[in-house]
Amino acid sequence: MKTTLTVNGTQHEVGHDPRRTLLDTLRDDLGLTGTKKGCDHGQCGACTVLLNGERVNSCLCLTAMHDGDEITTIEGIGAPERLSALQRAFVERDGFQCGYCTPGQIMSATAMLKEIAEGSPSYVSDDLDAPKLSDGEMAERMSGNLCRCSAYPLIREAIAMAAEVKE
Amino acid sequence: MSDTFTMDSPQPRLLDQTGQGVIGTPMNRPDGPRKVSGQACYTADAVTEGVAHGVLVRSTISRGRVTGMDLASVMSIDGVIDVITDPRMIRNPAQGMAGEAPVQPGDAVHYHGQPIALVVAESFEAARDAAQRLTVHYETEEASVTPEGTSASETDDPETAGDFDAAWQAAEVKVDLNFTTPSQAAAAMEPHAAIAEWKDNSVTVHSSLQMIRFNKKELADTLGIDPSQVRILAPFVGGGFGSKLGLGPEAVAAAIASQRLGRPVRVVMTRQNVFDCVLRRSETAQRVRLGATQDGRITAISHDDTVSNLDGEGFSEPVSQASQFLYGADGLSFTQTVARIAATPAGSVRAPGEAVGMLGLEAAMDELAERLGMDPVELRLKNLPDKHPMDGREYSTRRLADCLREGAENFGWAQRGAAGMRREGDWMIGMGMASAARSSMLVKSASRVRLTGDRAVVETDMTDIGTGTYAILAQITAEMLGLSPERVEVRLGDSDLPGASGSGGSFGANSAGSSTFLAARKIRRRIADLLGCAEDDLTLQGGRARGLNRDMALADLVQEELEAEATIKAGKTAESHFSSGFGAHFAEVAVNEWTGEVRVRRMLSVMSMGRILNEKTARSQALGGMIWGIGAALTEEMQNDQRDGHVVTRDLANYHVPSHADVPGDMQVLFLEERDDWANPIQTKGIGELGISGAGAAVLNAIAHATGHRVYDFPALPDRVIAAMEVEI
Repeated sequence: MKTTLTVNGTQHEVGHDPRRTLLDTLRDDLGLTGTKKGCDHGQCGACTVLLNGERVNSCLCLTAMHDGDEITTIEGIGAPERLSALQRAFVERDGFQCGYCTPGQIMSATAMLKEIAEGSPSYVSDDLDAPKLSDGEMAERMSGNLCRCSAYPLIREAIAMAAEVKE
Repeated sequence: MSDTFTMDSPQPRLLDQTGQGVIGTPMNRPDGPRKVSGQACYTADAVTEGVAHGVLVRSTISRGRVTGMDLASVMSIDGVIDVITDPRMIRNPAQGMAGEAPVQPGDAVHYHGQPIALVVAESFEAARDAAQRLTVHYETEEASVTPEGTSASETDDPETAGDFDAAWQAAEVKVDLNFTTPSQAAAAMEPHAAIAEWKDNSVTVHSSLQMIRFNKKELADTLGIDPSQVRILAPFVGGGFGSKLGLGPEAVAAAIASQRLGRPVRVVMTRQNVFDCVLRRSETAQRVRLGATQDGRITAISHDDTVSNLDGEGFSEPVSQASQFLYGADGLSFTQTVARIAATPAGSVRAPGEAVGMLGLEAAMDELAERLGMDPVELRLKNLPDKHPMDGREYSTRRLADCLREGAENFGWAQRGAAGMRREGDWMIGMGMASAARSSMLVKSASRVRLTGDRAVVETDMTDIGTGTYAILAQITAEMLGLSPERVEVRLGDSDLPGASGSGGSFGANSAGSSTFLAARKIRRRIADLLGCAEDDLTLQGGRARGLNRDMALADLVQEELEAEATIKAGKTAESHFSSGFGAHFAEVAVNEWTGEVRVRRMLSVMSMGRILNEKTARSQALGGMIWGIGAALTEEMQNDQRDGHVVTRDLANYHVPSHADVPGDMQVLFLEERDDWANPIQTKGIGELGISGAGAAVLNAIAHATGHRVYDFPALPDRVIAAMEVEI
């Protein structure tokens, strides 16, 4: 079957198996291997991408269900020679070790900062109308992204650093 | 040409004399920009044209024989190419540093989850479907799947020093405690993977592996070919933690399938495959006995344990390792029993031994302090031996006392107060501490350094599994050659390059760092020759060479490539001196009175681990270890079905590695300056495992302090905490 996707601003028509996940389409059909497969079951977050601006686990998305959708992957955030503020902060704060979960952490953090800016509360928000970016908020909202190297405190330092740069 | 340097005597501190000033600095990882942009190429990313996809089929019995497979049940599935079984396939990954083929079971099944075939298809989806549908016929045998249920066990003779029995009898204050820890999984984020392709009679295998020099021999031996016909590539490894030390079934299956089909084959383990057949950390049952005088001098130490493994696996979790060198006593005794069970085999997972053994030892120390009415920090300070208690070796360097004092001071330990007294609403607050210790080693390792002008290249088959090898080898070379680190390119993870120690046992930086240092040192001598001065008179800094009134840019001086290779191996200093990292962990927890939930509120670890090569990557390693300690203390537990041994917790929703929300932002690490001249010529000790060693015990001791009750079966899950709190004391 065929599905049309816009990935990082470029439109692709992909022919695929009906069982194909968006993750495998990105990696194996479009060669965008920055998005990683850690569990294939929506448990680790390594495959996080933006789907029409919202973060999703691409391993839980069937390609066939996303005809016409817009996807942003880590490749659409920044290349080594022109990194985003968040990517630079991850490098500066050593917000990773092996690097395997890192694209997912960065995609997830990119969306999370937007969610807080838009006033979307979480389970730990003190103010349900105007949540603030605190370490506790980040810990709660980033918990779908596992990091076995356990760079967690440094990941959150990096996110906080990038958020300050933006402000 | 590579000559071998043997570590027979303490070495001068050349890295403190050089002038570039990059060693030890918190330099960003040179591989960082590629990792944060998705450009770092991990095994499964290296897809080539025409690749076929393989999925491993697992056994669903715990012991017996495969008598047949209904190939017709899957060959009709669109896209399926082949179902491969082969006598060369392996039962489980090789143990670390095996250098030879693991068990090749043929049609025998030794545990539930053993890979028994590979389905290859044009698409991943078809291969996965067929692997799940394949009907397999077995002849089953009875099997024992739990350490308690097996009659097959081996007990070693006790390892002893002094007379433990006499010391135990005479001890004025005693604790005699039993602890259990469950099996644990390394659970690296990158599932084990391989892509194999044959050309002529040689095979190139991309695989996510930690020890390329050994893995190459393992694959050659497994396939029955010469090592010269094998090339292994692992430039980026998505975490290992011991689980990728040895060649795995996916690499062997990919190589066999690729040979048979004449095209590249990719085999990526599903997360469930990883839990089923990658080596786990053994469960342990521990008995710790500590005896002391009334005033807190420890006189008797015994730490006996039972661990498990599959038949034919030589590894056994060295549970009492730290108990044998951390504290002194008049009598010490350590006995290990290995239970043989039909379950996923056990192997090295981050800090084998210390990671779980120190949970028992340090929890027992805490309880002994309580019985003595002594501060836990004081008890430890009072019992630091002068020499290795078991073999009499000198400690190379040991700043454990400083770590304990600095930690107590910085953590605010003096405010700790009595157990069970501090409350915030429904939460009981407590502080705990534990010592950290992890022995450090030097393993044979080779590196090559090439210099043209002011650009250097480092080449070794060493791996960077997140540890920071790309950074530290660039820093060592830059420091030695007076270059900015950006002028040093580091090439790793290719078996065509000089054979390094590999990443494991915290010896990677010690070993590959030293061989790189020695190769760069040879280049320095050649530069001195070119400049016409003695090596001692040479200063290399900022891309310039100075000596005997000459001052030249390397770009002008080194017009033809200089190349040097060096090898290092352990020698007499390892026999005379015992090298280990030491430290002290402190933790504060909140325990919910009603739910038993434990929240770690803050942690501080003070560590002395030899020269720090990169303050930033070292800190990351230390933090990672501490967080593994939180996992071991609170959440991580692999569960096996008691009937057939199959892994029940075979994905990341059921095996609970710590997540962001489990880890507080207040996680502090302090390094105390140290140089270990007896360890290696760069004065380092291992870093990757010290952070976990003892960390979980600090958390568990904090729970005991918060609640006034102890958990002895780890992890301290909420139900166990509640049960402990209901015990009358």
